Amino acid sequence: MTRLLSGNEACAIGAIRGGVRFFAGYPITPSTEIAEYLARELPRAGGTFVQMEDEIASICCMNGATAAGVKAMTATSGPGFSLMQEGIGYSIMAELPCVVVNVMRGGPATGTPTRTSQGDVLQARHGTHGDHPIVAVCPWSVRECFDLTIEAVNFSERLRIPVIVLMDEIVGHMREAVDLPEQVSIWTPSRPKVPPTEYYHYDDANNYDARIASFGEGYRIHLTGLTHRKDGFPTDEPEIIKWNMDRLRRKIDDNRSWLWDLDYEDLGAETVLVCYGSAARSAMEAKRQYEEQTGRRVGILRLRMIWPFPMERMIALLRSARRVVVPEMNQGQLRRTVERCVSRDVPVVSVQRYDGEMLTPEEVIEVL
Amino acid sequence: MADTKIVTGGPECVDQVLDFFRVDERLPHILCPGCGIGTAMNAVVRAFIEMGLNRDELCVVSGIGCSSRISGYLDCDTFHTLHGRALPAATGVKLARPNMKVVVFGGDGDMLAIGGNHYIHSARRNVDVTVFVLNNFTYGMTGGQYSPTTPTHEKAPTAPFGNVERDFDPCFVARATGAMFVARSTTFHVAHLQKMARLALSKCGFSVVEVISQCPTLYGRHQGLGDATKMLQWIKERSVDASKVANPWEVTDKFVIGVLHDREEVPPMSQLYADVRRSAQGRAGE
Repeated sequence: MTRLLSGNEACAIGAIRGGVRFFAGYPITPSTEIAEYLARELPRAGGTFVQMEDEIASICCMNGATAAGVKAMTATSGPGFSLMQEGIGYSIMAELPCVVVNVMRGGPATGTPTRTSQGDVLQARHGTHGDHPIVAVCPWSVRECFDLTIEAVNFSERLRIPVIVLMDEIVGHMREAVDLPEQVSIWTPSRPKVPPTEYYHYDDANNYDARIASFGEGYRIHLTGLTHRKDGFPTDEPEIIKWNMDRLRRKIDDNRSWLWDLDYEDLGAETVLVCYGSAARSAMEAKRQYEEQTGRRVGILRLRMIWPFPMERMIALLRSARRVVVPEMNQGQLRRTVERCVSRDVPVVSVQRYDGEMLTPEEVIEVL
Repeated sequence: MADTKIVTGGPECVDQVLDFFRVDERLPHILCPGCGIGTAMNAVVRAFIEMGLNRDELCVVSGIGCSSRISGYLDCDTFHTLHGRALPAATGVKLARPNMKVVVFGGDGDMLAIGGNHYIHSARRNVDVTVFVLNNFTYGMTGGQYSPTTPTHEKAPTAPFGNVERDFDPCFVARATGAMFVARSTTFHVAHLQKMARLALSKCGFSVVEVISQCPTLYGRHQGLGDATKMLQWIKERSVDASKVANPWEVTDKFVIGVLHDREEVPPMSQLYADVRRSAQGRAGE
């Protein structure tokens, strides 16, 4: 059945279809429709919606629900995303899966609540303190808001880490006619096979695709944000600190290949556009118009997942590019990372727009 | 206090108490000699035992600070969260698993400063949890800085010329913001504390027990109150039973101990939400 949906609605529907049964959030433009949809639909699905006193409380409440064995999500925008960073750090350290949707608006501070931006790309990677793994997906259409939210739930459950869904005001508020699939595949961690006395919550074998216990299952687990041993209890022994940090890093390192998610076309062309999110829509239209006008091909490479950045894959795919153009609705946050994928003699041109308006195809064509 | 059932004494009870701690893995604890937190933990554990709580359905949640280390020593599901965030995390656990008994420990800094907003809103929401606020008037773990309960003019490392802020009363705040049950006890009155804990844990909805506790290492030293024994003496002398004062909320120079507020229960948030779920699902079927 074809339905007319906004990106925010598609994200919320995806969350429920993906198995999310708990949402804790705080109202913030332009993400609020996600909360409103889930406030109505989660109780119908047997789940729980709670509006907390701020975004810090929201993410901590969500962590509590996850620890009790429920798939959980929150949705916010820039200022709320900043407040959630400490809770994201806790999810990483305590290895509590969760999905954090950030419908990006202009920043810093209160910025421009009703306008669009892609200004939180680097914050999604490095927002919380300390070295840490993170996954961030970036939908460009209403259908992808649905698909990538489900994937985000699955990735977070498999890797036991928070996954960021980086939407932006345009993708969140845009309406498109979409067909949603009847069947979606969802991943749920298995329960431990061993008795509580032999169970280690942070066993090496439990790093990802784990068999884990939750609160209330008789395993008497201990969760902490302190660096811990495999039994969950804090330690400051250098050897174990390193083991723990390496273990967290391996969540991504061991799984890069199946995590990476990008789309591309015409990579044999001299100029290649590297893009993501709603700016990729302008890039795609710029490619079409430019090719029609000049008869020359332009390559396009769109990242559906920004973090982990698919460095090795990009190096291979951009091998024949002579010029790379990176259109973004920020001051060039991903350009430098893209630069590392090509040799020094290949110019990487940044197309930036950060006045709250959508990047236009014309602005991209100008530099092609 | 004569009716308090004390579980101390027999070797059997000691075994029960010891069994509640993660003895082999976690003890000895990190608390300073003479600290009141162990006493408070012990009294609450005795209340747990007295009530026959099922440990596999008990979740102890804490934030960060000396008092928040309690969670790590208890043999049940334990959740050592971020500084100040024990209550939102406890809310998540309670809403996700309403059958679990959720108990929160926090210090004055954790619960009233960085976690103050969550304290207010958890009471307002009537989350079905019991909170033990271990008030030792100081940030012990970071070295004795002044906290929201440090009296005006007292000196601390971050108030070397005297504290210019006013202190507030966690019991008064809890009552004002909607708590179902509020009591105060101290680490000197251990049997009384155990009783207050039991009453709070038996109450449905948001309940608070403030535990006046001694920190001889920092607060006691900075205020010239002496060692643990002298501090306990000080607590004893400053305490007065709620039944002996006309209006406990007007007494400022004493620790008024006992049940300060015990209102008629209203359904806690988790119960109201279960009703919401039922009606939403009913409507979906129409």
